[in-house]
Amino acid sequence: MLDDFFVRALIAGIGVAIVAGPLGCFIMWQRLAYFGDTMAHASLLGIALAIILEVHIFAGVFGICIVAAFLLGRVTDRSQLPADSLLGILSHSTLALGLILVSLMYWVRVDLLQYLFGNILSVNWIDIATIYLAGAVVIALLVWRWRQLVCTTVNEEIAAAEHLQPVYTRYLLMVLLAAVVAFAMKIVGIILTMAMLIIPAASARYFSNSPEQMAVYSVLAGIIAVVTGLVLSLNVDLPSGPSIVFAASVIFVSSLAITSIVATRKLKPTK
Amino acid sequence: MANKISKNMPLVEANGVGVIRNNRWLLRDVDIAVHRTSIVSLIGPNGSGKTTVAKILTDVIKPDRGSVNRQQDLRIGYVPQKFNLNSTFPITVNRLMNLTRKHSNRAVSEALDSLQISHLAQTAVQNLSGGEFQRALFARAIVSKPDLLILDEPAQGMDYAGEASLYQLVEETRNRFDCGILLITHDLHIVMAKADVVICLNTHVCCTGTPDLVANNREYTRLFGESAQKSLALYHHEHDHEHLPDGSIATSAKD
Repeated sequence: MLDDFFVRALIAGIGVAIVAGPLGCFIMWQRLAYFGDTMAHASLLGIALAIILEVHIFAGVFGICIVAAFLLGRVTDRSQLPADSLLGILSHSTLALGLILVSLMYWVRVDLLQYLFGNILSVNWIDIATIYLAGAVVIALLVWRWRQLVCTTVNEEIAAAEHLQPVYTRYLLMVLLAAVVAFAMKIVGIILTMAMLIIPAASARYFSNSPEQMAVYSVLAGIIAVVTGLVLSLNVDLPSGPSIVFAASVIFVSSLAITSIVATRKLKPTK
Repeated sequence: MANKISKNMPLVEANGVGVIRNNRWLLRDVDIAVHRTSIVSLIGPNGSGKTTVAKILTDVIKPDRGSVNRQQDLRIGYVPQKFNLNSTFPITVNRLMNLTRKHSNRAVSEALDSLQISHLAQTAVQNLSGGEFQRALFARAIVSKPDLLILDEPAQGMDYAGEASLYQLVEETRNRFDCGILLITHDLHIVMAKADVVICLNTHVCCTGTPDLVANNREYTRLFGESAQKSLALYHHEHDHEHLPDGSIATSAKD
């Protein structure tokens, strides 16, 4: 018999996997992993602010991720420092600031571990409604601006020359990314957010001949990871977030194995 | 192809354009115009701002000084100079053709045919050789039947024969689509053979005019040195027949 909390976790996890798939692809294609990690680390600051301002955690994290994204955009344009160093600085200083703020809030008991490693088993129906409603908006925006997003990924100059507005597109991607980081953070925690986004996309890479195909396959890989991870965590009594990410990495390794087997098979006839 | 684009006005024109980056003028007071059916060739040493001109005309960057006038609804095909495609991005040549908008299968196969890469339609772009990749980019730029084609070093990575056929295609494309073409290249032979107007750039416009006018210009010689001077020497010493600057002899001047 399935428990209610488990059903909720399953529904929430699948919802996140659906939005994480295509955005994970863009993170890979545009090499935004470090960038996304910075957003994820900054989200602890968002959690602290959400508690102070008494708003939903998603709102706090989404807001702070947007601020971090625009700040990064401005700073990397003007600074002499390499972008990855800047990301490292912002990423860890916001994490540190978040930890300090959370520890200062003596009037609420904040379970830090829950935020660092996620607690999908604690999602309530409001969380699920938020994930599915906001997720539907994210998917709708993705579909509506798909050509622009893909073209900007391939080459911004062509996108600009042929009237596809790469600047707006880049902003849109940042906003979508912030939303997905907020969801994934809830499911697998701050530390594993990027894994939840990137690993399914990476698993899909070698089976895809087009960007659309890769987006769909990474959704599938994400859903499989969520389901197997949750079943694993329930039956063996493991922490849920790490189980999901572990399941995702098993899928990734299998995808590598399958690709190399297929590749060797293809080579054989020439011998 | 016939649309509301006016015949007499230039397709795109930059007036007194200047671009400053890091307290340095990348371009200063540059005037350039590309008309329908004309091939404008932009030449100049490294760092002279050729690519910046392309970016100004295509609206990739905004000038800090001066103005750019583009005809409304101008359809631009752009082959940028630098193009690093992430290896994790799955895309076939066929999909690349439909990058900025969806084209009919016929239009796509026509474009691929004219570049002789139809057999590569289903190949992943990452698996193309340098020359094949440039062809694919060229095909992508002309599949939309552009009014204005901007080619930034389109022959990079090509062998000599490939280069020659590509430049042949530049001319054919102009004739087929009646489009204006801005061609950025370091290959002076091609410039002299194919261009209607040559603009010699070195942050500012050094000289401009028909190929032979520019070839005889002192600034041009100064910029391009020895080899360019040699083709000039040919010009000066034998006037009973016409020498094209690529060394070939023509009884009648190129039109």
